[in-house]
Formats: sequence, structure tokens, C-alpha cells
Amino acid sequence: MATTNVATQTGAGIAVAGQPGEVQIKPLTMNFGPQHPAAHGVLRLVMEMDGEIVERADPHIGLLHRGTEKLIEYKTYTQATPYFDRLDYVSPMSMEHTWVLSVEKLLGIVPPKRGQYIRVLYAELTRVLNHLLNLTTFALDVGALTPALWGFEEREKLMEFYERVSGARMHANYFRPGGVNLDLPAGLADDIFEYTERFPKFYNDLETLLTENRVFKQRTVDIGVVSAADALAWGFSGPMLRGSNVAWDLRKAQPYDSYEEFDFDIPVGLTGDCYARYLVRMEEMKQSISIMRQALDKLSKTPGPVKVNDRKVTPPSRGEMKRSMESLIHHFKLYTEGYHVPAGETYTATESPKGELGVYLVSDGTNRPYRCKIRPTGFSHLQAMDFMSKGHMLADAVAIIGSMDIVFGEIDR
Amino acid sequence: MFENVAQLWDQLPLIIRIVASILVITVPLLIGMAMLTYFERKVMAAMQLRQGPALVGPWGLLQAFADGLKLLGKEVIIPAGANRVVFVAAPMLTFLLALVAWAVIPFGKGLVLADINVGVLYLFAISSLGVYGIIMAGWASNSKYAFLGGLRAAAQMVSYEVSIGLVIITVLLCVGSLNLSKIVEAQKGLWFFIPLFPMFIIFFISALAETNRAPFDLPEGESELSGGFNVEYSSMAFALFFLGEYINMILMSGMTSILFLGGWLPPLDIAPLNWIPGPLWFILKICFCLFCFIWVRATLPRYRYDQLMRLGWKVFLPFSLIWVVLTAGVLVYFDLLPK
Repeated sequence: MATTNVATQTGAGIAVAGQPGEVQIKPLTMNFGPQHPAAHGVLRLVMEMDGEIVERADPHIGLLHRGTEKLIEYKTYTQATPYFDRLDYVSPMSMEHTWVLSVEKLLGIVPPKRGQYIRVLYAELTRVLNHLLNLTTFALDVGALTPALWGFEEREKLMEFYERVSGARMHANYFRPGGVNLDLPAGLADDIFEYTERFPKFYNDLETLLTENRVFKQRTVDIGVVSAADALAWGFSGPMLRGSNVAWDLRKAQPYDSYEEFDFDIPVGLTGDCYARYLVRMEEMKQSISIMRQALDKLSKTPGPVKVNDRKVTPPSRGEMKRSMESLIHHFKLYTEGYHVPAGETYTATESPKGELGVYLVSDGTNRPYRCKIRPTGFSHLQAMDFMSKGHMLADAVAIIGSMDIVFGEIDR
Repeated sequence: MFENVAQLWDQLPLIIRIVASILVITVPLLIGMAMLTYFERKVMAAMQLRQGPALVGPWGLLQAFADGLKLLGKEVIIPAGANRVVFVAAPMLTFLLALVAWAVIPFGKGLVLADINVGVLYLFAISSLGVYGIIMAGWASNSKYAFLGGLRAAAQMVSYEVSIGLVIITVLLCVGSLNLSKIVEAQKGLWFFIPLFPMFIIFFISALAETNRAPFDLPEGESELSGGFNVEYSSMAFALFFLGEYINMILMSGMTSILFLGGWLPPLDIAPLNWIPGPLWFILKICFCLFCFIWVRATLPRYRYDQLMRLGWKVFLPFSLIWVVLTAGVLVYFDLLPK
């Protein structure tokens, strides 16, 4: 018996010389990905299966590794921001958010209120952007084709708001240490408000397709159950943790960027299965839309600068630069050498749509970070793949991957 | 003049007459299949807020032919580890069986290639054989994805055939003949989907499973098996599977129309409706069923393997069995059995 256990653990399927005539069945090893439609990018899962039942799932990562952390060490603080867009490319501005907050912490500056509200507005817009992609591709993973197309339509509208504020649909590079790059262009706030009014209709349509759909529920309820204790032990965060009935949200627990002024709820799931995570994300979209409306309301009452008025950190406006010699020098210095950040270290984390995204930033007083360790969200989720999918069927493993909301830009960095 | 044509037709050698009839069935069928892919893409596009094919030909009508030509021009790749003979034979078998079944389908009164008295049995036998193409493809590919797909297909098609069989029995009880034309004739006045409504639903759902369509497209299982049984196929071999699947869809829609929707009969035998020729009614009914096939595909997620088996064996089988007994009982008790 002991040898049998070893055999299943190593998964090698060694024939055990036990009873004569006893045949050890070798498990079917399947290479799931990296080029697999449900692998959400470049996940490679080596699965050992007993027919359709998954016995072991071994995630292999690193296929999208680009050395972001090391590259950031050779860039000025300003130049590092775009790298964050490329971490979780489904929610770029949320990634920037952690970075700018960590740099601000080391610099000891606080952006003006208007800048903070714009960041909240766009962080929540990004949350909707992210959940739209995740929920609908999750539905695609369990075989529902239509939600994905509907979701992409909505995402396109949100990306237009990205484009109008930053010029780019995805890799915005809009948040800057000390605030945001530029104020909202005229009319954008109204259009976003109008969008938040139209959103509930789409939301209801999506719900009719999925939430009470019997087949969808059969595919997701009681699949990939994670207990609250397990979720905490494996370092889950975000909807993965809240789906397991742990009401933990960094926006409430350690508010940043004036989140304490906003009124919103933290949805939690009671069961910890794929369906609970789906419901949590759906409700979070609703909450995000409400936060966006509050932010727009606050923005309309808060005129003023959108970034700190310290010319040693934030560049002057273009007009100013053309008029004043000193501004020209500041501009030149900021875009060549960058600013020097006082020596120190910080761990700053935000509630990105996927969960806690942290940056551990060490500065040695120069214009470049000494070390920038990024704590990816999906990494801790993906490592739970084995215990979450054990004993489930192959199709469930796909549903579990879908409900994890993993993006490889972030996991591999 | 028509008499002359009919006389001429009778004078032709039998072989030419048969070949001509086959061509008259298969050529429109293949074109119809191409149009079905176009129809599917357009309907799904409308449901998904897209436009669908719009560039090749007027309204994108030639898209299906462009796709077919593209597949023809592709290289046939046979994996090194594959069993070459079985690998090549599998798509041919699928395609062949899909076409052969049409021999007994009556398109109108007397418009049938082979008006045999065991038409239903023949159809049932042919559609049961259809699973072999998929199993062979899954096994011969020597790929784990394809193998799992083949296994799923085998289990699935066999389980749903059982309930299809029972559904057909209830219809046969009401008709008293295995001849498809007689089945249609028996529905004059009352289409069977009204008295046998639950059976109609079960038959339609089983038809979805039988043709491996969503939500039962497990053998393909795009998001888990990434193509399943046909993952190793390319070029015309793949196209044959594709053709086979779609022709089977049309066939199952045709069967649904014949068994439950009154085949070529108009809904009511009154003036404007019975001016429309029978075959046209038949085609319209097939189109309606096909639309439902596509509608389901755009709406529902995919079942999991065990759920599909549970639905087949634990829900459909007992239910249709009870319904057979019930139908037989009612027919005997009220002395309604066809003489």
C-alpha cells in the first residue's frame, strides 16, 4: 500500500510488484496548453488524469516572462510606469495605481483631491473593464458563446474612455506619481456618467443569460470549492478571497486615494465555489459603477490641479514650459534624469480587480529604483490549481481556471 | 408535354434514373449545407451584436464557398503516429453516412428516392453508425485530446440513441407503419407534436446530442479538448467532418419535421396554405428546426460529461419509457390503435 501511495504521489505510475497479476494503470498525462483556447494566455498545465478525472494539475509558468522587475531597475521612476500597464493588461490603470502610490509614499507626497478622484474613477472603471472580460470569458470556458461578444462590446466603450483621457486604449500610462498626467478633457465626465446610466441594462441582459441559467449553474456550483481557511492560507485576495466568505478589501481595510470618502459594499460569496466567485464579480461591477458615479459627483465639486505642484516631481504644463526658462529646465531634467527618490523602502498594495497587487520598492536615493518586487495576484491563485481541481473533471478544471481570473502578464511579469 | 417528360423518364435505364435522383438530392443538399453555415454565422452574429460574414459576395453569401475552397487548398497533414488507413477512412465514413441517410427522406408526396417500408429503422441504423466515424478519428489520431473526444462521442451518441429509439416507438405506435411517407400521411389533421409534445422536446434535445451540437458538443469541447476528435485533421479531411456534422443537423431537423411537424403537410389544409408546394413546407420546417439548433448554441453553456450522461440515462430514458407505456395504454384503452 505504501508503494502505491508513492506511485500516485510521484504520478509516475510505476507498476507495483504486489499481488501477482495486479496491473497498475498508468495515469493519462495531458499537456494542457500553452497553446490551448482555455489556457487564458500561456498557461501550461501538466495534468494527470484518470479518464476524465483530474488527479493532479501542475501549472507551469514563465512563458511570458519579460524581466519586468529587472528592467524597472534600469529605468527612471517615470519610465517604469508603462511597464505596469503591461503586467495585467486587462486592467492596466489598476496596475499603475499601485506603482504610483508606492513612489508617492517614498517621495512623501500626496496628490491633490481632484487627482485622487480621477484615479478612483479610472480604477473603478478598470475594475468593470476587468470583470467584463473575466466573467464573459469564464462563460466562454464553460461553453456559452454569446456573453463574451456582448462583454467585448461594453469593454470597447470603456476603452474609449481610456483613449479619451490618455490617448491609448490599453496601455494608458495615465497615472503618474503625484497625480495623473492631465485633467479630464471637456465632456468626458458627462459621457462617463451617461455610460453609468446605460450600464444596468447591459448588466441585466448578462444576468438573464448566465446567473439563473441551469446549465451554467450546473457547471459552476460546487466546483473548485475553497474554504475560507484555505483561501487565507494560500494567499488568496480579491474576489477569490471574498468568494470564500472573507470580507477583505484593501479599499476598506487600508483606504488609499480617498476611498474612505466613498460609500460602497464588499460583496462576499458564501460557498467558495466558481459560482460564488462569479456572483462576487457581478456585484463588484455594480458597486464600481456606483463608486464611479460618486467620483464624478465629487469631481464636479472639486476643481483644481490634478497633480502635485512640486516641479521637482511633476513636469510643468507645456504652455508654461514654452514661456519660462526655469520650467524648461525642470521639464528637461524630469524627462532625462528623472527625479531622485529618498532612500527607503515600502510595500504598497492596492485592491486591483484581481486582488491585492503589491509593490515592494527599495530606493537608494538615486533616480532609479534599487529593487522593485511586484507581488502578482494571480500567482497565489494559480498555485492553488492543484488542490482546487483535484477529483474534478477536465471540463471543471477549465471552469476553475476561468473563475481564477489569471492573466499571464502579471503572473510571469 | 409533362406526359412526354414522364414517358421519357420511364424509358431511361434504371441506373441513370437512380443516379439522376441522387444528384437531385445531394447537390441541393450540399449547397444547403453551405448555406446553413452561412445562416448559422449570420444568426449567431445577430444574437451577438455582430455583423457576421459580409464581404465575400453579396451580403457575404459566398463566404461558405470561399471557406470550402480554402480548405480544399490546404495541405493534408497526417500525424506521424496515426493509423493512416483508419485516419483517412474516418472522415469519409462520417460524410458517407450523413449522405446515405437521405435516401429514405420523403420531400413531398411520392418524392422519395427509396420508399422502403422500414424507413425509420434504416434512418436509425445509419445514424447509429455515425458514431464510428468519430470513434475512428479519435482513436486513429493517436492524440490524447482526440482520444478523449472520441470516447466522449461514443458514450454520448449511444446513450441518446436509446431515448431517440423510444421516442420513435411512440410515434410508430400512433402510425402503425415504419414507412416515413405513411408517418407524414398519418399527421393529416393533427401534427404529432401536439399530442406527443414531451416526446417532441426530448427528440429535439436528443437530436442536439446526436449531432454533437451545443450544449452537447463535448466531443469537440472547444474550450476543454480544443477540437476533440478532429483536432489532428486538416484540409479536406476536416471539411468532410464539418460537412458531415452539418448534413446530420439538416437530417435530424428533417426527421423532427417528419416525425412531429407533419413533414410536407401544410399547417392547415385551407386555401392559401395548400397552394405552397409540399417540399417547400418541408424545407421551411427544416429551417425552423435549424434555427432552434443555432439559437440553443448561442444561448447555452456546455454540459459536462457526467451531467450529459445523467440527463440521458436518468431523465430522458425513464421518461420516454413511461411515455411509451402511457401512449400504448391510451391507444389500446380507447381503441385508437391504427388498423
